[in-house]
Amino acid sequence: MRPNQHTTEVAVSSSQFCALLYKHGFDFCAGVPCSIFKGIIKQMEQQPAEYLPAVREDTAVGIAVGAFLAGKQPLVLMQNSGLGVCLNALTSLAIIYRIPLLLLISWRGYQGQDAPEHLVMGEAMLGILEQVGIGYEVLHAADITGALDRAVTELDSKRLPYALIFREGILN
Amino acid sequence: MKRHQAIAHILARAEGSFFIHANGMISREAFSERDREENFYMIGSMGLASSIGLGVAMSEPERRVVVVDGDGNVLTNLGALTMVARYQPKNFVHIVLDNETYASTGGQCTISDRISVEKIAAATGYKNVLRCGEQRQLCECLDVLLAAQGPSFLLAKVARGNIDGIARVSHTPPEITQRFSDAMTRKIRAEHSDDKSRFAEVIG
Repeated sequence: MRPNQHTTEVAVSSSQFCALLYKHGFDFCAGVPCSIFKGIIKQMEQQPAEYLPAVREDTAVGIAVGAFLAGKQPLVLMQNSGLGVCLNALTSLAIIYRIPLLLLISWRGYQGQDAPEHLVMGEAMLGILEQVGIGYEVLHAADITGALDRAVTELDSKRLPYALIFREGILN
Repeated sequence: MKRHQAIAHILARAEGSFFIHANGMISREAFSERDREENFYMIGSMGLASSIGLGVAMSEPERRVVVVDGDGNVLTNLGALTMVARYQPKNFVHIVLDNETYASTGGQCTISDRISVEKIAAATGYKNVLRCGEQRQLCECLDVLLAAQGPSFLLAKVARGNIDGIARVSHTPPEITQRFSDAMTRKIRAEHSDDKSRFAEVIG
């Protein structure tokens, strides 16, 4: 079942978003796909040295941590179902070791409208992030640039993982 | 062979490498045997030692990365072996110290008594895979693997049991991050400045 288009905001192109990421210095990505990210992944696959499809979201977090230790500026992308998979990697590695990872998380199950497997996490996701102390911003197409600027400021100042949340329809 | 003896040999023979030590007794023994900035001590995130190591190795292909893992640890996340094999980092050595127990939680059994993790590593496509059981063999295997192009895997059977009263890692996690990153940056800078001085000599 395809998720509904949840927003009437004008979508931002994936290539524009990737260009913004590169402009901010992000040079490494590991992740497990969501259909919401298919445009971004297609862009990143053109730079194979910098994008690693991972077998699991916690493995992706581990790899991104290693990349950071070696001087890269990494990001991790995942569907919100993967947040549950990688919670231990975030709480007992990325957060406590002060690793500033940019997390791109898609919001399946938004407003209770989606396939059944997404509904519990769709409702719980923001609360989970708040409970473990991961800052986030839900993206609006009108201010993608501002959101990324704010994310980079948070990453630089707090040295903790920080999430940008993507609803269906935000990205073209 | 006791685990801490194996760790001492690994740290000595792979001097100059960057090490990712799995959480539990492995990190604690590595810390006690030979604390170095190049040691990344995991205190949580069980199962992620080889993933962290892969991220380092892919980002800095000129540095050798040695992952010191445990049987309980590696069995938590076997999928990570496929990622190492898929990306074939030449500078990657993965050692599993296998005592067939979860040492830090009271010595409960793992399933590596009947599961040969090195066969799984070989099946995924690690370039060099060895298995050993005692100190002399360990040293021979280390010499082979440290001279070879990776990714390499060594399964070393070690005795059960822990050192009484062994200390926890005293560095905080942010300190571990800082030390390791700084050590990596220093090594890169030192090599670049060596290159510059050699160039200066040539054109001087």
